[in-house]
Amino acid sequence: MSEALIVLSGVTRSFGSGAAAFQALRGVDLTIEEGDFVAIMGPSGSGKSSLMNILGCLDTPSGGSYRFRGLAVESLSRDQRAMLRRHALGFVFQGFNLLARTSAQENVELPLLYRGEPAARRHELARAALASVGLSGWEHHTPAELSGGQQQRVAIARALVTGPSLLLADEPTGNLDTERSREIMDLLAGLNREQGITVLMVTHEPDMADYAHRIVRLVDGRIASDMRKAAAPAEEGAR
Amino acid sequence: MIWNALLLALREIRRNLMRSFLTILGIVIGVSAVITMVTLGNGATQAVSDQIASLGSNLLIIRPGQHLGPGRDSAGAAQFKVADAEALRNQVSGLAAVVPVSSKSVTLVAMSRNWSSGVTGTSRDWFATGKWQIAGGRIFNEAEERAGAAVCVIGDTIRRELFGGQDPVGQQIRVKQFSCEVIGLLASKGQSTMGNDQDDLVVMPLRTVQRRLTGSVDVATLMVSVRDDASMDTAKDQVTWLMRERRHIGPGDNDDFAVMDTRQIAETLSGTTKVMTGLLGAVAAVSLLVGGIGIMNIMLVSVTERTREIGIRLAIGALEREVLLQFLIEAVALASLGGIVGIVLATLASIGGAALMHVPYLFNPAINLLSFGFSAAIGVLFGYVPARRAARLDPIEALRHE
Repeated sequence: MSEALIVLSGVTRSFGSGAAAFQALRGVDLTIEEGDFVAIMGPSGSGKSSLMNILGCLDTPSGGSYRFRGLAVESLSRDQRAMLRRHALGFVFQGFNLLARTSAQENVELPLLYRGEPAARRHELARAALASVGLSGWEHHTPAELSGGQQQRVAIARALVTGPSLLLADEPTGNLDTERSREIMDLLAGLNREQGITVLMVTHEPDMADYAHRIVRLVDGRIASDMRKAAAPAEEGAR
Repeated sequence: MIWNALLLALREIRRNLMRSFLTILGIVIGVSAVITMVTLGNGATQAVSDQIASLGSNLLIIRPGQHLGPGRDSAGAAQFKVADAEALRNQVSGLAAVVPVSSKSVTLVAMSRNWSSGVTGTSRDWFATGKWQIAGGRIFNEAEERAGAAVCVIGDTIRRELFGGQDPVGQQIRVKQFSCEVIGLLASKGQSTMGNDQDDLVVMPLRTVQRRLTGSVDVATLMVSVRDDASMDTAKDQVTWLMRERRHIGPGDNDDFAVMDTRQIAETLSGTTKVMTGLLGAVAAVSLLVGGIGIMNIMLVSVTERTREIGIRLAIGALEREVLLQFLIEAVALASLGGIVGIVLATLASIGGAALMHVPYLFNPAINLLSFGFSAAIGVLFGYVPARRAARLDPIEALRHE
């Protein structure tokens, strides 16, 4: 049996130095299997964001080790981590983070541009991704012309278009009303169920966390509880 | 990767048309100023050369005095006499003609109109030497020349100012206290490059001018035309040697006269216009540099403004060098665009300016290419700092930026 998708052992992260140093993560051990749907919860200041940044290879741990598919992320260079993000990760942010004055289609094509996909294939993949989040016919609208829920769908399409193994969602429903939030959560749950994409989501809304199979609670930079609601999908991930 | 970065940069320029336009304005003005100045300068140089060449390339002009600066009184040098012209004609080989010239500013009166102009006293050879054509009537003959007859050949400006639409040939012009018959009309040569009217002149036999106007037997200038088959340098040396002897200048003493050939005058004049062209071009180049700083300013502002966008790009897997390249190419594309617009504007301005200044429009591929290359280089130079700043952003910080 191969190693789990994500293995964190004794991960710490501190900011600043000396007396002013702040320990955001104080030794986190976490294993996430491929195909799982995990919600990370916790009060503000508990280290959710720091953990998310490290899991998303945007940041490196101060101590401990992070293995992504057996790869020691802490030993990678900045560019190597960028390549890892490009090929294996998809991001969905609370603030959507779409490029302004840029059509939905072009926003979704952006990661493909960095991958060097030819134009025809970019268009095709982007259209398919937008269709999979229910935005067919909205390709040429700019973010300003879309509702918050639609913008978040575009962001999800952008994260999906490269076929990532891991989707990282940082409070994806934080800026949305309940109804839109449910739509987005249904979408994420569907992607996890039907396409087997591993989803890792930070949220502080228990309603949203209910969609996940497993809920990890952080308090003061440590894992306080780790609850599994549903069985982890067995040995999956080949896509 | 370069192609991708170009695509990204062009999208960015298209997304912000107004800002892009303002950014390149400095480059547009700089490039068009440089090209226009240099093109017009080259046109002026060309016009001066053409003018001199129209005099003939085989002309020597001898004037008394040499230096205009302090230490020597050029006005003190003795004037020439007709005998000097005779001596040159007889003793120097290879000359086509020796033309003595004496001038005087006068007021001309005819048909109850008057006009201030210059009278040129000379010999018949003057017409051929200066490549003048006769538009009507005739030039004075040998007998009139010898007798100092009151006859004159007038330029086109004199005809227009004094006679209007009438045929001037056979009419009388009063010059000071004597009356003079117009026997011929010169074909118009138009304005010279230096801006003076070449047709504003009256030509009389030398003796007429000496007796009735200057009251002396002095000759101000000797024009010597050298035969095509003879060497210009040899003729110049011989003329100089003979004039030194006739003016009793001891060995080791400086000449008190100057022998200029038209080629030399052309070189001096075009040298002057070239220096002017260089200076104007240099001033314009400074404005190009200022335009480059404008680009850097806007790019730096743009990096700050687009911090979040850069964060998104980095988060979805853009490499540091890809972001660097994108911003660099954006700067270069903007600067090059400015260069192209500048070249178009400069071409229009140069054609218009050349027509206005009566100089030929000479398309100069070198300066166009150079300005374009320079503006692109400015893009690289002033785009690098903002681009590097963008590329080095921390994605987490950048994403948090509002």
